[in-house]
Amino acid sequence: MFVLIVGCGRVGSAVAKTMLSDGHDVSVIDEDPEAIALLEKGQDRSWEELGGSFTVGTALEIDALLEAGIERADAFVASTDGDNTNLVIAQVAQRRFEVPKVVVRVLDPARAKWYRDQGLSTICPTQAAIELLEEAVRGGDRQEAA
Amino acid sequence: MYMLIVGGGKVGWNLARELIERGHEVTVVESNRGRYATVEEELGHSVQAGDGSELWVLERAGIERADMVIAVTGDDEDNILIAQVGREKYGVERIIARCNNPRNFQHFELLGVKPVVSATDLILRLIEHEVPKYGPLHLLDLHQERLEIIELDVDEASPAAGSRVEDVGLPDGALVISILRDGAGFVPTGESVIDAGDEVLLVLDPNLEESVTGYFTSAAGTRAA
Repeated sequence: MFVLIVGCGRVGSAVAKTMLSDGHDVSVIDEDPEAIALLEKGQDRSWEELGGSFTVGTALEIDALLEAGIERADAFVASTDGDNTNLVIAQVAQRRFEVPKVVVRVLDPARAKWYRDQGLSTICPTQAAIELLEEAVRGGDRQEAA
Repeated sequence: MYMLIVGGGKVGWNLARELIERGHEVTVVESNRGRYATVEEELGHSVQAGDGSELWVLERAGIERADMVIAVTGDDEDNILIAQVGREKYGVERIIARCNNPRNFQHFELLGVKPVVSATDLILRLIEHEVPKYGPLHLLDLHQERLEIIELDVDEASPAAGSRVEDVGLPDGALVISILRDGAGFVPTGESVIDAGDEVLLVLDPNLEESVTGYFTSAAGTRAA
């Protein structure tokens, strides 16, 4: 599988490394050329030597997306630090480049929910944290009751 | 009408002032606190502080009863999102969005956001209009109708200069709709004669622009490609 990841922060870089070590082809885009350091942290070889590719560019630049190989991507991950940027490029990947699997990170639960209802595969870390915390609190109750 | 303006920068602020003067009810949403304070001094309760791409902020500003949403922040992705949720989630019928970087225009179009206003694009068009021999001037692209309207200067040594419209031999799909001469314009018939120095307006099927331009420019006078 060829995976294109836009946004190489904590989340994007971690997903990229896992996908690469799972044996997939991985291409990463970030506007900051230094972001590649996150991909190489804890590795004894460079990201390219490990088989990954890295493109410097902003998310809305079609040229950067093309250079990074969006036309042959099987999966697209939008994980920049901007919710709106992620939502726009995810729709570009889905509608214009018809990438079969598009996953988008959205921090705001309200936007994540509405776009999920529209058919976009949104992942909301905030909502996940809320649910985990609620579950942890409820779990605490049960322990005391038991 | 109730108009919701997202983005209280120069564009949003001046727009709000003009619209209020014309008797409209206006709310401006501005996310930057400092900027909000400045605009609030003049516009008072017509400004709200908040991130206009957050749904609850839009709801608090009354997007559900807005007759028009105008997304004029400095970020194109924000403007696209606001326009998209405005229309698709809240059912606002009239939306205007600002495109800051003309290269992003394709994203607005892809996601069905229109009309889109781009200052850079407008200035580029004015430059094309002011700088002669820049080639055909795109006056209007009718994307949905798949037509475009262009303006050309008629060169002295061109095939069209001195010819009747019907004798120019334009390809099918190209039609001269107006001739501008000495500061006035008229709608030509097949017998109207095109003079050197005229400006002609044509309506075209897409992709005819290059071949049609050749009829009105001379080989020697063509601009460097």
